[in-house]
Amino acid sequence: MAKVKMAKKSTSIDMTAMCDVAFLLLTFFILTATAKQPEALPVDTPNSTVQTKLPDSDLATIIIGENGKVFYGVTGRDVRVKTLEYMDEKYKVGFSDADKQKFALIENFGVPIQNLKQIINMTSSERNQKGLQPGIPKDSTDNQLADWILNSRKAIRDLHDKDLNIAIKGDAKEEYPQIKKVMDILQEQKVNSFNLVTGLRGKDF
Amino acid sequence: MAELNTGDGGGKKGSKKVRSKKLNSKVDLTAMVDLAFLLITFFMLTTSLSKPQSMDLTLPDKNEDQKVDDMKVDENRTMTVLLGDNNQLKYYMGFLNQKGKPMDVVYGKDGFRKELIKRKKEVIDYSTAKGKPDQGIIVIIKPSKKSNYKNLVDILDEMAINKVAQYAIVDITPEEVAVLEGDAKPAE
Repeated sequence: MAKVKMAKKSTSIDMTAMCDVAFLLLTFFILTATAKQPEALPVDTPNSTVQTKLPDSDLATIIIGENGKVFYGVTGRDVRVKTLEYMDEKYKVGFSDADKQKFALIENFGVPIQNLKQIINMTSSERNQKGLQPGIPKDSTDNQLADWILNSRKAIRDLHDKDLNIAIKGDAKEEYPQIKKVMDILQEQKVNSFNLVTGLRGKDF
Repeated sequence: MAELNTGDGGGKKGSKKVRSKKLNSKVDLTAMVDLAFLLITFFMLTTSLSKPQSMDLTLPDKNEDQKVDDMKVDENRTMTVLLGDNNQLKYYMGFLNQKGKPMDVVYGKDGFRKELIKRKKEVIDYSTAKGKPDQGIIVIIKPSKKSNYKNLVDILDEMAINKVAQYAIVDITPEEVAVLEGDAKPAE
């Protein structure tokens, strides 16, 4: 008699394709994720229930913390380079092309422009030592912060033909006059609308 | 693919005694897929959730010539909030020391928000009686030099929660500073 062969049913599913897809997606997300840069000036932002998100691009962030120290950063490498070029025109520090390229990688900084070269040439861990950077001068005699903002706005206008969004990221414990000073600087440039960066608060607040 | 043909299937037809051990050539991918999806989930969530939140703030235009600045508003519609140090908070309706004395409130759901909701309703009633029900409350926020940023954001947040359409941040006057300092100690 001929053997009757029972068709064996396989219980295991071929996961190869699934695995392929999963790893493809994983690779995509890993590559698109931007590594979080260490912050030069860590601040503890106050919380709010407002859910609006910050815009991604064309954004300048002004960080205020540690008794009125002000740090500044703008998104976009091209914008950073252009801003530095405009600043160099005014303050005549003389940044080389290599300096500009390195500066383009710095998220935010808080030194007077005269000392910016030293900061540029540090490694990122050296740069982010606590208390190393004294903040950008913002007095009426030496208002570099206003120049940074103005030049970034010019740079964005030149490169992207858009308006610069400005976000203020203040420490919750910071006294109001320090915040007010920054708002006044913005208002002097007729920037009346900006974002305040806040943390998330529960719905039941 | 993930299978390797190492086993020779020749053992069946031949003599029964010689049986080569079948190697299980399939690799179990379940754990690997699990891990991959876990990581995918992680990266997906971290990329979209790491975006910080923000609150829009629009300040009134600062004009060099002060002509436009002094806009007359109905004093019955205004509520002035004074922010002091140590989370001290006072508010008054209308003009200082005329209609209502400045009153102490505390931040939060049971303090300031209750008052704000009450006052908002009063103003709406007042405006409706005048025949202009669309005129709501105007909140004037006056942070003193000693108040901190958190106080300001808290009050702005209250404005957003209670949907107060008109509010402004204004410099504090010396009289109001005196009012804030009049109290020896703020209420706990």
